[in-house]
Amino acid sequence: MLITQLKSKETIEALTPGKVFIINCHGCKEVRFPEEEAKALQKELQDAGRVTGIFTTDYICNPDNLKLRLSYHESEIAAADAVLVFSCGVGVQTVSELLEPKKVYAACDTFPLPGFQGVTPLQVDCAQCGECFLNITGGICPLTACSKSLVNGQCGGSKDGKCEVDPNMECGWERIYRRLKQVGRLDVLKCPVQLRNYANDVAIAE
Amino acid sequence: MKITELFSRGEFVVSAEVGPPKGFHIEGLIEEAKEYLSGITAVNVTDNQSSVMRLGSLATCKALKDAGLNPIFQMTCRDRNRIALESDLLSAAMFGIDNILCLTGDHTKLGDHPGAKPVFDLDSVSLLYAVKQLEAGVDLGGNELVGEPPKFAKGAVVSPCSDSLDAQLAKMERKVLAGAEYFQTQAVFEPEKFISFMEKAKQFGVPVQLGIIIPKNVGMVRYMNANVAGIHVPDDMIEELKADKEKTKAGITGVEIAARIIKECRPYCQGVHIMALGWESKVPAVLKQAGIC
Repeated sequence: MLITQLKSKETIEALTPGKVFIINCHGCKEVRFPEEEAKALQKELQDAGRVTGIFTTDYICNPDNLKLRLSYHESEIAAADAVLVFSCGVGVQTVSELLEPKKVYAACDTFPLPGFQGVTPLQVDCAQCGECFLNITGGICPLTACSKSLVNGQCGGSKDGKCEVDPNMECGWERIYRRLKQVGRLDVLKCPVQLRNYANDVAIAE
Repeated sequence: MKITELFSRGEFVVSAEVGPPKGFHIEGLIEEAKEYLSGITAVNVTDNQSSVMRLGSLATCKALKDAGLNPIFQMTCRDRNRIALESDLLSAAMFGIDNILCLTGDHTKLGDHPGAKPVFDLDSVSLLYAVKQLEAGVDLGGNELVGEPPKFAKGAVVSPCSDSLDAQLAKMERKVLAGAEYFQTQAVFEPEKFISFMEKAKQFGVPVQLGIIIPKNVGMVRYMNANVAGIHVPDDMIEELKADKEKTKAGITGVEIAARIIKECRPYCQGVHIMALGWESKVPAVLKQAGIC
């Protein structure tokens, strides 16, 4: 199981000054979603005239389903400067890939809980690190897309765009760099040094 | 002595690299270093290079220092978490070792303990940041150090002939922002690529040492071309190594190639770093032919 928890209001507001399209995933039954808190925050954004549309569904981790559903919201998405996703890390990455080159931001952090995991038959994965990095990595998870789970950029080990560990695996940080360039957010590479907080890891915290 | 002092004096800084043995008998390494490397500014000691378990970098640095050489302590983030890395930095300071080179490190799967846990609690950037914090008298846990904080010359690496140069430059900038004061590069065999890299890298205002590997034979360069990230040995250089087998075997061709690359790149960089990979004895000849010393 996993828990999604809202990022702080300041963090979410700092993501973009412009208009947003909001996607809520009420997801699989293995996820605890902060429904009331999300609703309150979204109401505030709506009152400030910053929301072009809100779309609430489940299993946004299924790209075919999501693609079809989002096609009904094309104009609302086009009118927004960014898409704000309230879901686990897999959902954010699925939206981010689907809507490329739109800016897609995570509004939640995802924590693990013991028990059965949601079924996500996908190439993307969420490490449930409790400190979602997707907003500074163009919506591609550095923990699961990089074999060393590096959070401060590419190592020197990629050759012809492939990872030193597995020649069939694309270098996660090359993908991140390309995505950031595409969405015009290379500036985030100048953000402060990132340190993992392993105290979020349930096994360690206990 | 901190090698950053030499950069700021405008000296062309020369360093070379030694790899500790898989065992604790170090006399041979020290003798060789004294014989061939005592004329240069500093000697890097690799940290379980290529994820192959060996004698430790810190202990080898201490032995080199006792023998009168100036060591650079290479630290990778593969084998130690932040507590162990910070602790080893304090140990280095206690030994009077004041040059460090911060790297992320190869993955454990590439080495001789492929089942070992890859740590990567920190990476090259956050390790540089940790060093800077210690220099300010605070550890990464936010706790104050007792007594005068350590001071290091903080180095990092960059891969100038990488096929993803833009991502490498972005990472280089992150390293500079985190506190890197000098850079050593991956081995260069394409001077024109290095020169155009330096055109872009000079904006960071940090000294860069050109990385050099002395090519030993055709097999070695073909292996590097196929397997080593950021290295490409051009065809005409491979032909040069093929041309006279005896000359190549004796190391004469390799030394000529290395010296030529240094000469060509020298006006664009602030030093050279030679990774001799067992050919430490050829280092003096390379430097002499390149007109350095």
